[in-house]
Amino acid sequence: MTTKTLALPLAASLATALTLAGGHANAQSGAMEKCYGISLAGQNDCAAGPGTTCSGTSTVDYQGNAWTLVASGTCTEIELPAMADGTARVGSLEELDRDLPPA
Amino acid sequence: MPPEGHSAIERAFHAALWAADFPAGLTAPDPSEVTQRFKVYRNNVQHSLTRALGARFPVIEHLVGPAFFAALARAFIAVAPPRDPVLLYWGADFAAFLEHFPPVAHLPYLPDVARLEYARGQASHAADADPVAPEALSAAQPEALRLTLHPSVTLFTSPLPTVQIWRAHQPDARRAPITSGPDHALIARRPDFSVIVEPLDAGTHAVLTALHQGEPLGPAAGHADPTPALTLLLRHGLIIATGGSE
Amino acid sequence: MQQLPQSTGLGFKPEHFRDIMAASHSIGFYEVHAENYMGDGGAAHAMLRALRADHALSIHGVGLSIGGAGGLDADHLARLRKLTDHYQPESFSEHLAWSSHGAAWLNDLLPLPYTDETLATICVHIDQVQEVLGRRMLLENPATYVTFASSTWSETDFLTEITRRTGCGLLLDVNNVFVSATNHRFDARAYLAAFPLEAVGEIHLAGHDCEDLPSGALLIDSHGARVADPVWALYAEVLARTGPLPTLIEWDNDVPEFATLLSEAKRAQSLLERTGKDRPYAA
Repeated sequence: MTTKTLALPLAASLATALTLAGGHANAQSGAMEKCYGISLAGQNDCAAGPGTTCSGTSTVDYQGNAWTLVASGTCTEIELPAMADGTARVGSLEELDRDLPPA
Repeated sequence: MPPEGHSAIERAFHAALWAADFPAGLTAPDPSEVTQRFKVYRNNVQHSLTRALGARFPVIEHLVGPAFFAALARAFIAVAPPRDPVLLYWGADFAAFLEHFPPVAHLPYLPDVARLEYARGQASHAADADPVAPEALSAAQPEALRLTLHPSVTLFTSPLPTVQIWRAHQPDARRAPITSGPDHALIARRPDFSVIVEPLDAGTHAVLTALHQGEPLGPAAGHADPTPALTLLLRHGLIIATGGSE
Repeated sequence: MQQLPQSTGLGFKPEHFRDIMAASHSIGFYEVHAENYMGDGGAAHAMLRALRADHALSIHGVGLSIGGAGGLDADHLARLRKLTDHYQPESFSEHLAWSSHGAAWLNDLLPLPYTDETLATICVHIDQVQEVLGRRMLLENPATYVTFASSTWSETDFLTEITRRTGCGLLLDVNNVFVSATNHRFDARAYLAAFPLEAVGEIHLAGHDCEDLPSGALLIDSHGARVADPVWALYAEVLARTGPLPTLIEWDNDVPEFATLLSEAKRAQSLLERTGKDRPYAA
């Protein structure tokens, strides 16, 4: 891509961007509301997560080799488009029962 | 012989948190129950770190499921435990770990999803900085204009459809077919504290990357029409300072 | 330096921020975990600033590892200084526990033996904290699941001696007393009778979980439920001896609606107010 033709109308580009953006974002507007919404959605942007809670919770024992486990989440639903070399890249899941370095 | 001295006792206790055997020197009213009691600590450490990791990488947990994630977290914690009590920064190594972890080798997009999620976490805790007034962009020589972007800005890129996969796992996501990568996105925190993951085309990604690296607008605009990039930056309040050529 | 009010406080959870800001509540103070506010900026600090503007604040550290054998993390201590300088909390507290070993951070409060050696180490650590922060700190009694054969001090004597040597205050977690007493089959009332109540600057109340061992109950300090009735009873007995003290309701796991926390706070507040009437605090 050549530069000159695109770089010339920069002033116009800036003016268009300013119009499209509708003024600058206000540092105060609705700050907490938005943040609250995010933590409700469980995305933990506002919370540091339970990481520094000063209590313990679980008595589940994760002993043993867990790698007979199959990833069972939503990855089973993802079909990746074929790669450039034509290989299908399906996020399919076959059981992996292999030995790993000790956890 | 039970360990003696504060250091030795702590070392033995710590070692047993990660091993199958139990430290000597612990007691309980019924001494036969000491091992069961010790397991509470072993599990608390494991569980609390797993939850901290899950809070930082919720889409990874969705993708592999909670049981698999717990086992995955255990393996990660064993090689890369937090080095700092401030867990906001933990997990920078998680993507690299996933790249070399055989049980997820068939899920090639996991490492980049982890990179995206980590960048979101860092964006949410990055330093505060107010956006400049729009007038600051009315430069006499726009080609020499340099923009300082907000500290939360990350320009993300992945050869896989990572951004689409991440979006498909948001709470209010609509189902959409996934097209091939590469995917690009602007990750940043707006002045209202929401963290955005804004998908970008390759050209806009290149313009933003150049601006982020301190190139003036003129050369940055050599990559593509800069209007979408500038619009995004202005709309989300991500320009915090401007300057002419130095 | 200001002190926490002798009323009820709540552990702050970001998901309750809107509820807290929306209406005025009779909450005397909020408490936050220091380490959640050590990022550079963003919503966490914005919320804490807003909270701080209207309320007394307690900063409760979970990361210093005061009970560890190694030296305190100087960088972490410096971050704490920055945090307390910035927010000027009425109180700073930490735990009688360790949570890091070498470079690894374990994110749990782990127990230690009570010996002359650990006593000396902890007192050095507390002196250092109080010197760096330029303030008196409160040290919290732990909930534990095991004890150490090598301990030569009782926990209450150990805490008493720490306050005597360092001048620090104590944070009395009544739930922790009940959990440890149940777990180690001792009498919570005898423990409290031996506890140096005159040093207490704050009380914690929280819920626990119960598991079964062959020999009886093992309580887990889960902070995920309402305060249990026996803990309320112990709390009332403590107040009868001390008069009103700043009292925090902690709820860190399975965090409920704000209204549930308010109802717990109300229960504590009514006990505090009754205490105030029966026996005005005369320290």
